[in-house]
Amino acid sequence: MAHSDHSHDFNHTGDIPKPQTKAIWKTFGILVALTAFEFLIAFTMDAGTIRNAIFIILTIFKAFYIVAEFMHLKHETKALIWCVLIPMALVTWLMVALLAEGSYYYDSVTNYFK
Amino acid sequence: MSTSTTLEAPNTGTWDGGNEPLKASYGKLMMWFFLLSDAFTFGAFLIVYGLSRHKHLPYTGEPDAFTFSTEWWPIPEKVFNAFPGFHGVDLPLAFVALMTMILILSSVTMVLAVEAGHRMDKNDVQKWLLWTILFGAIFLGCQAWEWAHFITGDETGMLMADGTRIFGANLTMNQYGPPLFADLFFFITGFHGTHVFSGVILLLMIFINTVNGVYHKRGHYEMVEKVGLYWHFVDLVWVFVFTFFYLI
Repeated sequence: MAHSDHSHDFNHTGDIPKPQTKAIWKTFGILVALTAFEFLIAFTMDAGTIRNAIFIILTIFKAFYIVAEFMHLKHETKALIWCVLIPMALVTWLMVALLAEGSYYYDSVTNYFK
Repeated sequence: MSTSTTLEAPNTGTWDGGNEPLKASYGKLMMWFFLLSDAFTFGAFLIVYGLSRHKHLPYTGEPDAFTFSTEWWPIPEKVFNAFPGFHGVDLPLAFVALMTMILILSSVTMVLAVEAGHRMDKNDVQKWLLWTILFGAIFLGCQAWEWAHFITGDETGMLMADGTRIFGANLTMNQYGPPLFADLFFFITGFHGTHVFSGVILLLMIFINTVNGVYHKRGHYEMVEKVGLYWHFVDLVWVFVFTFFYLI
């Protein structure tokens, strides 16, 4: 038992290190700023491809900060990072492919079956 | 007593367990792979959303002249413009902005709980977990209101071809646009809401364990980290739902 309950030392010494939260609040600031910027664009720009592109790029930035900092993936091994990123890249590919497919459905239905 | 049994000496060879290529514990790795599979599910939902959206006519007229019709896909700002207590006031995306902020904030309190766990600071872990549970519960409440409003609809409704008006939404018809619009709203935000709900349950469980000193006795707060991964994932999904469903 002697070495299995070393954790109890924390109770007696009461020696808890100071919190290191600077990076966390910085990430929070970035996420809030990006979201606020998205709203700004939603109300000042006309809808269109450019606006949608800006939204998607900002979303990817937000996703990067959440996954890299909050989920700590940036500080994991390269192998784990790739294990997560490569399947997601394939899903993104599927998304792009099916968006094109949707446009094709629309085109067929409106132009050829009316 | 099982914890006090003598452990065998750990293996050190490359092929008998001594090699740890991903440098992460079993539990954390499995959480990552579970989240990856969950991301596929949400990815599928968003892919179907994108496909249906491209399949339907976009609204091309002036935004001010927009009316709900099954002919075209609705502009989200015109659908989600209600705020509790401000009946009849046009406040586009205001409520969803609030929900987004609450969820991001809950993500931050979750990281703070994980950080406190690294320092073995039981009081701080408890404090930040409670904040996270609170924000998660508020988010769920907001979503319940959002759903109730979406289902009930407003006074205008949508004029149908036969002269009748429909109000609100269900799975077969809705006042906002094509039936698929409401279906996807229910499935995507509903599936996300279910995840938030499970997350709150998991958080309550680790909160009780933390209060009872389970993790302190164990010597590490890795369970808080694992639930934290799940919670951030829920936040991450919301970031995408927010962009694709409410902004674009």
